[in-house]
Amino acid sequence: MGKLQAIKNHETNEPVRLSDRASDNLRFIRETMERSTHFTAVPGYGGMLMGVTAVAAAYIASQQIYMRDWLIVWLTEAALAFGIGMLAMWQKSKIAKVSLVSAPAKKFAFGFAPPLIAGIAITLGLWRYEHYEMMAPVWMLLYGASVVTGGAFSVRVVPVMGWCFIALGAVAFAFPPRYGTYLMGASFGVMHIVFGLIIARRYGG
Amino acid sequence: MSRKNLAIKNESGPQPLRVEKAVGQSPEQLDKIIHDRTRLGIVSALAANEKLSFTELRNLLNTTDGNISVHARKLEDAGYLVCEKSFKGRTPLTEYSITTDGRAALGKYLDHMEALIAAMRGTER
Repeated sequence: MGKLQAIKNHETNEPVRLSDRASDNLRFIRETMERSTHFTAVPGYGGMLMGVTAVAAAYIASQQIYMRDWLIVWLTEAALAFGIGMLAMWQKSKIAKVSLVSAPAKKFAFGFAPPLIAGIAITLGLWRYEHYEMMAPVWMLLYGASVVTGGAFSVRVVPVMGWCFIALGAVAFAFPPRYGTYLMGASFGVMHIVFGLIIARRYGG
Repeated sequence: MSRKNLAIKNESGPQPLRVEKAVGQSPEQLDKIIHDRTRLGIVSALAANEKLSFTELRNLLNTTDGNISVHARKLEDAGYLVCEKSFKGRTPLTEYSITTDGRAALGKYLDHMEALIAAMRGTER
């Protein structure tokens, strides 16, 4: 009886172990490839915090009488959000023990920067000609483009968020200019909070 | 010659595992160079990137300098990767990239693992 048991073990358990090891190896290969090409330090909680500050900024901006003050509010918010983003990425990369100067991080930065820089240039141009009403849609469109191009080297949900920004930016042109502030609050505020929550829940922080 | 003898011995001796028979390869034929975890990691990462620096590989695989250099050397000796040394300013920069042989070896290894799993599914039925 004991011997029979041994043979049975040999027949069934051994292959299970082998194939388990095989699928474990496959998983390891896939994960290594993903980690080496994907930038995973996109901050979820940081994104949520950026969203909260954007909602506050939208509220303050909606109280402004002069468009110049309205612009200053948003520029302050942009600088604040940039700082939060950088700090949160640094924090997350430290926790996840990935480098912020790795190949995927560089790809993310080089993908993210061009539309953002174009956005800054266009904002300066619009400011000069005092086309304040164009700013909100342009910001949403170009920030969205930044997130899509940078997010191409990140987890799937990141480019999805970028496309949502682009969609909302395009829609913003259809609304009267005074809705711009609310749409900014909805996109940079609510959307950041929602997607930040998804990223934080699913991708560790 | 020795392999042929082994096959004969197998037939007369205990039956080989069903999985191995299905795969058509015994564990001895597994690519030992690539089977090691660190080396498998290096080859996988290089297969997904044009080239990676020594530091990038070390951080990615979360291991030590010594470990990477030993295993990278072994892979280099096997002709699976090439090493390119240069200077970035004053600091030396070592970059690795995968060779055609290395890519083929990884492909073969993947096939082997898939065959093992497929064979296992077959025996479950």
